[in-house]
Parts: sequence; C-alpha cells; structure tokens
Amino acid sequence: MSEILLKATALEKRYGGLKAVSGVSVDVHRDEVHAVIGPNGAGKSTLINLLSGDVAPTSGAMMMGERDITHLSPNLRALAGVGRSYQKTTIFRDSTVFENVRLAAQAHGGSPLRMVGTAERDGNVNARAAAAVEEAGLSHRSGTVAKFMSHGEQRQLEIAMVLATEPRVILLDEPLAGMGHAEAQRMIALIGRLKDGRGVLIVEHDMDAVFALADRLTVMVDGRPIASGSPEHVRNLPAVRAAYLGHDDEIEAGAAA
Amino acid sequence: MDALTFGVQLLNGVQYGLLLFLVAAGLTLVFGILGVINLAHGAFYMLGAYFAYWISAHTGSFAAALVGGVAISFLLGLVLEELFVKRLYGRDHLAQVLLSFGLILVIDEVRQMLFGKDVHSVAPPAWLQGSIQLTDVLSYPVYRLALCVVCLAAAGAIFYVIQRTRLGMIIRAGAENRDMTRALGIPFDLVNKYVFAGGIALAALGGILVSPISTVFPGMGDGMLILSFVVVVLGGIGSVAGAAIGALMIGLTDTFGKVFFPQVSSILIYVLMAGVLLWRPNGLLGKKEA
Amino acid sequence: MKRLSKIPSAGLIAAVLAVAVALPFVVSGYYVQFASKAMLVGMLALSLNLVVGYGGLVSLCHAAFFGFGGYMLAFMTPEDGGASLWLSLPTALLVVAAVALVIGALSLRTRGIYFIMVTLAFGEMLFYLFHDTKIAGGSDGMYIYFKPELVVGGRNLLDLESARTFYFVALALLAGAAVLVKELVGSPFGRALAAARDNERRALSLGFPVFRVRLTAFVVSGVIAGMAGFFSASQFGFVAPQMLGWHLSATILVMVVLGGMGSIIGPVVGAFALIGLEEVLKTSFEHWKLIKGLVIIALVFLLPGGLRQLATLLMPERVDASATPAKPRSDEAPANV
Repeated sequence: MSEILLKATALEKRYGGLKAVSGVSVDVHRDEVHAVIGPNGAGKSTLINLLSGDVAPTSGAMMMGERDITHLSPNLRALAGVGRSYQKTTIFRDSTVFENVRLAAQAHGGSPLRMVGTAERDGNVNARAAAAVEEAGLSHRSGTVAKFMSHGEQRQLEIAMVLATEPRVILLDEPLAGMGHAEAQRMIALIGRLKDGRGVLIVEHDMDAVFALADRLTVMVDGRPIASGSPEHVRNLPAVRAAYLGHDDEIEAGAAA
Repeated sequence: MDALTFGVQLLNGVQYGLLLFLVAAGLTLVFGILGVINLAHGAFYMLGAYFAYWISAHTGSFAAALVGGVAISFLLGLVLEELFVKRLYGRDHLAQVLLSFGLILVIDEVRQMLFGKDVHSVAPPAWLQGSIQLTDVLSYPVYRLALCVVCLAAAGAIFYVIQRTRLGMIIRAGAENRDMTRALGIPFDLVNKYVFAGGIALAALGGILVSPISTVFPGMGDGMLILSFVVVVLGGIGSVAGAAIGALMIGLTDTFGKVFFPQVSSILIYVLMAGVLLWRPNGLLGKKEA
Repeated sequence: MKRLSKIPSAGLIAAVLAVAVALPFVVSGYYVQFASKAMLVGMLALSLNLVVGYGGLVSLCHAAFFGFGGYMLAFMTPEDGGASLWLSLPTALLVVAAVALVIGALSLRTRGIYFIMVTLAFGEMLFYLFHDTKIAGGSDGMYIYFKPELVVGGRNLLDLESARTFYFVALALLAGAAVLVKELVGSPFGRALAAARDNERRALSLGFPVFRVRLTAFVVSGVIAGMAGFFSASQFGFVAPQMLGWHLSATILVMVVLGGMGSIIGPVVGAFALIGLEEVLKTSFEHWKLIKGLVIIALVFLLPGGLRQLATLLMPERVDASATPAKPRSDEAPANV
C-alpha cells in the first residue's frame, strides 16, 4: 500500500444537536484518488471543510504524515500541504489567470509577506506560478482576466492555484459541478494527472467521473461512512445500493449520463 | 454601601439598561433585517428628545409629546427609507456609513434651525412628579419607576411583535433566509420600510422618555450611538434578546462603575466589550457568520 | 475602486511637485498654512485608504490615532521650550503603534458591520479617555506653546515656527507617506492584503496569514495617521478631544471616497477638495454643515466613484473600461501617485 499522506480519525462535527459528520475516518494515499460519495446532505462538504480547516471538528483528529494538524487554521494547513477547491469557484475574478496563480505561489514562497520590492518581480514565485498554470493546462490563457473565462476554465484556474501552493494532498469539492460534457472530460483528465506524486480526495456527484477516477471510494449517508473500499467492491454492496435507492438515484443518474 | 443604597443603584442600573435596550433594539433590528448600518441612530434619539421638549413646551402635555414625537419620527423614518436607505440595500457598508454620516450633519443642522442649540429640560407629567421617600435621606423619583415600566412594556411589545405576529414571523424568516421569503411572495419592500421606521421610532422614543430625567442637548445623540453600538456588539447583530442582555450589562456596569471606580468608569464598558470580543467575537447571542 | 485611466507620467508628477515647491513663494501666508493643514489631513486620508481601499476594512477610529499622535506631542512638550523631535516623534509613533496594535488585534477578530462598530467604539473610548479625565486638560484640551525642534550640534535645523518651513516639512511627510504606501501596495505584502479583501476564504486557503496581514496594515496605517496628528498639533499649537472623535474619522472616510479609493493619491485630492469646500462654505453660510451633509449624501448616490468619476463624466472621451468604478485589478500595477 502506498504512503498515507493524510489521515483523519473519528471525525465528528455537531451543530447544536445535529451531527453533520460523525465517526468518519478517512485517509488519503499518495498516487491515489479517494472519492467520497453519498446523497445530498450526507456531510461530504462538511468533511472537506473539516479536512481543510475551514470548519473546526467537535472531536476527532487529523494527521499529515506524523504531524497533528487537527487544530491548525486553514492558512497553516495550506502551508502544511493541504490544498483545496471550493464547491463554488473561489478565485480572484478581477485578476488575470497568472496573477491568481502567482498569488498562490507567493503564499508559499520564502517570504510571502515581504513589504519591499514589487510582487511581480519575484522570479522564483513567477517560475512556480508558470509551472502550475502549465500543469493545469491554462498556459494559453495566462493573461486573461478570470471573470471573462468559461466556468470550466475558472475551475481549472482554481486547480492551478491549488497546485501553485505545492500541496501534498488536494481536496476537491464537486469539481465537475455545472460543467458541460467536453469541459467535464477535460477536468477528469486533469484530476487523473493530479494524483501523480500527491494524494487527491474528491467529493463528486457525477458517478461516471467517480468510477473513472477513484482508486478508493467511501460512501457517506447521514453524516456517517457506510462503506469504503475499491470501486468494484463498493458498487456491489447491498447497503450502498439500498442507501442510494432510499435517497435519490444518483448512481442511476450517473450511469445514465 | 448598605443594602438600600445598593438597591437604589441596582434600580438605576436596570432603568438605564432598559432605556439602552429600547434604543439598541431599534439599531440591531435594522442591522439584522436590513443589513444596514445606521450611524444616524443617535441623531434620532437626540431628535426625539427635542421633539419632546418642543411639543410639551407648546402643548403642556408630556403625553402629547410622547405620541407626537414617536409618530413624527416614524413618518420621518418612512420618508428617509423611501428617499435614501432603500437604495443602499445590498450596497457596501461604506456607502451606508457615509449616507448616515451625511444624515447626521443634516439632522443636526436642521435641529439647530428649528429648535436652536440651547440646552433644555422637559417636565414629566404632573402625576409622575415627586419622589418616593425611602428613608430620611434616600428617595426615588416616581418618574424613573414609571420609565422602567414603560420600557418594560415596550420591550414586551417588541418581543411580542417578533415572536407572535405575522410581521414578526416575516422578520424572523427574512433574517434567516431572505431569498426564501422573497420567493414566497412576501412584500419585503413594505416590511423593510416598517422595520427601518420602527427602528427610528424606538430611538426617538428613548430620547423622549429620557428627556424629563436628563437635559436635552445637541450632543446627546453621539454618546447614545456609541453605547448602542457597544450593546449590539455585546449581544450580537440582529439579536433582540442579545440586545436586552447587552443593555442590562452596560447599564449595570456603568452605574456601578461610577460608584466603585469613578476614575475609570467611562472606560469600563469598553473593557467589557473587549472581553466579549476576545471570548465571542460575534457577540453573546450572535450567529457565527455575521 | 478603479485604476487611473492613464498612469500618470513622471512628467505629471514632476509638474505637481514643482507647483507644490513653488507655491509658498507665490501665495500669501494664509494659503501656505491652509495647504500645510490640508496636506497633513491628506496624509491622514492616505493612511486610512491603506486599510479601507486596499484592505477592504472600514475603520472608524483613525482620528483617534491622529489625535493620539497630537496628544503625545502635547505631553512631551516641556513648559519652557520645544520638544526634541529626535525623542518625541519616535516615542509618539511607538505609542500610537502600540495603541493601534491593541485596537486592531481586538477589532480584526470581527468582520463587516461589527468591525465598523467596534473600531468606532474603541476610537470613542480614546476620545472619552481624554475628554472625561484630567490627564490632558479634559474637554478643554491642551496648548502646545513651543514647536518641536530638530537640534543637531546645538542648532535647531527645523524652524517650524516659519510657515514656509512647516509647509515643506508637511510636503515631505506627505510625499514620504505616499511613497511608502505605494511601495507597500505593490509589494507581496500588498498583494496579500488585497487578496484578503477580495476573497478572505481563498486567501486563507492559499496559506496567507490574513489576520497578521491585516493587523500589520492597520498598525502601519495607524502610525502614519499618528505622524500626521503629531505635526497637525504642532501646526496649531493645540490639541482637543475632538481631534480623536469619530466625526473626524467619518469625515476622512468621506475624503477617501471623494478622491477615489483605487489610487494612492486620490484620498489626498479628496482631502483638499473637502477641506477647500468647507472653507468656502464656512465663510458663506451660517448653516454650512447642512450643505456638507447634503454633499456627502449626493456623493453616495450620484458619485460613488468620487471625483474621478466626475472627471470621466465631464470628459467623455476618456471613458474607458478602467474608468468605471470597479475593484482594482490586482494583476496590474495599482494606480499610482
């Protein structure tokens, strides 16, 4: 088994009396895509928010390798190697593609808050930004202002920004949401490449994409994991089929898409 | 300090807190429901006091001042909402700050043109004049007790409107989820108007009620504005119950602060605010996301 | 916010500077003093814009830093002579920095409306500190009978009693502050600050320590404001609690919006415009504040982009995409001095 990069144990998040997430243990391995699926309201987004530090857990623990990151704030987690995309594309809309990515690279540069010198003239930061833009397949759009790009390209940009922070683990919250078929295919190919040397955890409703990408699957229902394992193993579990049939027909919809 | 003096101070603190609550409740509702920051809230408090002075001086009736002052303020609120405030829903807070600062200057100057800048006093209604003799040296003014009763009644009315009426239901729903309530076809424009005007009227009511026990002077709005801000920060934006708790905390802190630490009493409430900010940045009853 | 439609050339800057340098030799003392006063207030507005325009944080306590700087000079001026600038200025700035650090650290725990209210409340706390207590003459304020001195080898190098000398000091301070803010805004730090303004969540998840960035900007801005206050107090030889009051904070905010938040020097233009307007109104109308209030209300509704928007309305041929109010584009050099 490959190296475990991120390991979460017995995560729980309560809002008042409501358990949004409970008893979730997941790990993300190097060179693997770990997909988390489940019906709406299953707590998948909350799980990502817990892993990225946007939401503080009620109990449970998270480790990056040997390092306990449970109580780290989002910015420190980013520095510890956890990068994420949001369900709603979260970029700097009025800036160019390159400036978006440059900012991300700057956050991880040697001196992210230097108060002297012009930001754009840091060669090291620029080189890392250019590499990330390239990896995300946006080199030809480098000078375009983000808000003028298509939805799919904006999502690619968000991934380029994550890449520029040199993450070891990438968390993707519904990266395919709202995409047309061609855009989705491009994004799936991109995500497939992301796992190279890194670990990826993805929450996604598009079941075709999930089964095309995932090396491992975790199924969540009502805030709890009900199954975990290889896609083939999980797909055939009666409990999973029952859960999906009991809620909505995402597996069917995904298969039909 | 003996028990009786303590009791009197306690009563003073509660009375002050209740008055603060009236003013701050108006502010927090406007914040919470309209998402508008209104720096001119204190100016309406001041205006209320001047209405009270002017109407009671001309009619000789404090009751007329009370009813007339609140009514004028409410109408003024409706007009201002229609003219200015409604254009600022959804605009950044900076624009709201500037607008309300401009309004303060205008209101101050208009007040000066209408009522001058002299300091005035207002006589309480005759049947509420006088004091209750507690001991040979201690007495408590009847008007202050009546003030407590009126504030409590007003507080009760506010809670009743919010918890029990259709308007209150809409207000609560709107604070939770504006889009949803809009989708349900609720006349939000009208509700916004009432909420804004109601908030203004509460500020003015506070000014009217305080006029017989304090002097009426041009700068009285500023102090009240800051105090209501502190109350709202303590209680949490949009929370009427939070405003009640915050107001009582400030009322008691200020009253007892003046008794026990007269040197630093004016700083105490800010220390209290700093403490709450460290502990709960969104206020005691505030929601997580402001 | 927006960029200048054309980045001013070095020539324009040189021309403005040349006029500024020549001014005290051609106009009367009244105007020299007026310009000095306006430049110091402009410096205050410029400092506020670092927080409001580039940081997206609407602070209503900058007058308190300004006033605190002034009061520090009053405290440190001896009864029989001028304070030493060598000692009094760094001390004043250090104290203001400490005050800004504490207020900033508490206020920046909050967002949006809360931030506005909390900064306003803390600013008023300082106002009442000087107003209600006897530490500095209470509500009457304090006189500063002697100007501070810059003594080297037994000689005072700066005769601040001379209106002309003072004018050049104010000009140098303003220019220095403008260069400092321009450098900050273009630096990696400035980009982090703007990123936090545009999308706090994203800035955090990229790894920027948003709180620390904002606090640093807040303190730097407070120190510039304190410096302006220090010299303003010196100019007028007097400090009063109103110098710290929130009416001044709000007025500076008006200047920032009037001049335009998207540029370094816009707020200074706004300061000159508003102070100039006040001077004219004061001499012409008894109820000039009414007009000032109406002007502010008109600004909010008719000219949200400030004077630059007016310029583009009057000169339609210059209208282009970057002249309409919009967020500054952090991908390009921000509008310049």
